[in-house]
Amino acid sequence: MSDKPKLAFYWCASCGGCEESVVDLAEDILMVAGAVDIIFWPVAMDFKKNDVEAMEDGSIFAAMINGAIRTSEQEEMARLIRRKSKVVIAYGSCAHMGGIPSLANEFTRSQIMEYMYQEAPSVVNPEKTRPMLSFKHNSQNVTLPEIRNLVRTLDQVIDVDYYLPGCPPTPKLLKQAVLTLLSGEFPPKGTVLSPDEALCEECPRKESKPSDLSFTHFYRPHEILIDKTKCLLSQGVVCMGPSTRAGCEALCISGNMPCSGCFGPTSRVRDQGAKMLSSLCSNISENDETGIDKILDGIPDPVGTFYRYGLATSLLRKKITEDV
Amino acid sequence: MNSKKWRLNMPDKNYEPKIVAFFCNWCTYTASDLAGVSRLKYAPNVKVIRIMCSGRVDPQFILQAFASGADGVLIGGCHPGDCHYSEGNYKMLRRFRLLKRMLHSLGIDDERFRLEWISASEGEKVKTVINDMVEKLKVLGPLSIPKQINILDEELKEISEEHSEPLTAREELSHV
Repeated sequence: MSDKPKLAFYWCASCGGCEESVVDLAEDILMVAGAVDIIFWPVAMDFKKNDVEAMEDGSIFAAMINGAIRTSEQEEMARLIRRKSKVVIAYGSCAHMGGIPSLANEFTRSQIMEYMYQEAPSVVNPEKTRPMLSFKHNSQNVTLPEIRNLVRTLDQVIDVDYYLPGCPPTPKLLKQAVLTLLSGEFPPKGTVLSPDEALCEECPRKESKPSDLSFTHFYRPHEILIDKTKCLLSQGVVCMGPSTRAGCEALCISGNMPCSGCFGPTSRVRDQGAKMLSSLCSNISENDETGIDKILDGIPDPVGTFYRYGLATSLLRKKITEDV
Repeated sequence: MNSKKWRLNMPDKNYEPKIVAFFCNWCTYTASDLAGVSRLKYAPNVKVIRIMCSGRVDPQFILQAFASGADGVLIGGCHPGDCHYSEGNYKMLRRFRLLKRMLHSLGIDDERFRLEWISASEGEKVKTVINDMVEKLKVLGPLSIPKQINILDEELKEISEEHSEPLTAREELSHV
């Protein structure tokens, strides 16, 4: 094997879109493939866990891990890759903030199991069978990883050096990140590799954002014909732009859909959802409880709206239950 | 699946709730001063943070208080129409209404998060509100979010202690 820097990709609890986004580099992938050796990428190449274990500690130059950490197996692999790598990058919203999988933190593990293996309309399971961690079959021990009680971000399990945000990160950001790392000029540890300003700053509809927003009604995107030229907030559509980091070049807004917040907050904000809630509510037009509540009925699911990609990294992290 | 269960709300008659209170400088904080100089006695469970206006309470402060172990959060501001900065208390009220819904769906009881209008002359109201909140929180029991997260994070130790013994080829095969 050549002495080019070694790059690894790994996939934890996520949809696979992050893997897809690597291929979205298009012809640039040849540039990446020319500059580095990809030595571990289960979705595309045939390497096994044993091959990684056989490597020397710290011998991988950079590892990009996507997906939240939800099972004991993902935890084990994340730790293994951490040991073998100089730089670990949390790739995409799920690794960065928990992503959509972390909305599972609104339920306990037993509630989830109960639904998935019992109550879901398409399930027939009169024996109430549940997945078992180990099972003897023909004197062979068959095992399954354990689903954890909490969905976690990558940095809640291992030490993370950089974050590449987005659901998924754009090819442009990935290319920039790889070039930055190869240049040897490392940004400070913990940097989110995307501009540290609000999405509104790079939004093509920025000019039409009124300085004095006043909400008389909140609409979900399917409830209204959205004017393609005007700021979505001025139309009463919940757009997470003000509390979301820039870097995607307003992709969703270009598709006439509101920002849903996948890039996470800027460095000045700790809790993206709370900040967005604060900003929206301050600009409600009513002053009395009944009037305010009526307008707020337009946001039927605040957790899913404000923490769509980040419940695991929010201040509360999960639904509070009496039994853990 | 192993289903360990931890009861957090063990009945404990010595339990004293912790309340974080954000009081606005112009009304409620002055009222709590008045309660003090009038020698009114109220429950010592509250930690008061003085802010210039209830409108300055960022929802992040409230979540941070709960996440750091508060059992309740109390916000005190000027009565509607009386805000020193004309409409800071309305901003707080609007955030409060949605935050309350959100906290409710995240499993935090309504009684744990309270907004009260208390003017500078209402020292007596400071006393009744705090005493009342403490009584209600005692019935609810501890919230203990940091403890809950710590218990859940115990599961992270399982692997770090046992890791790094590579599976033998045979064990590896047994997964198939």
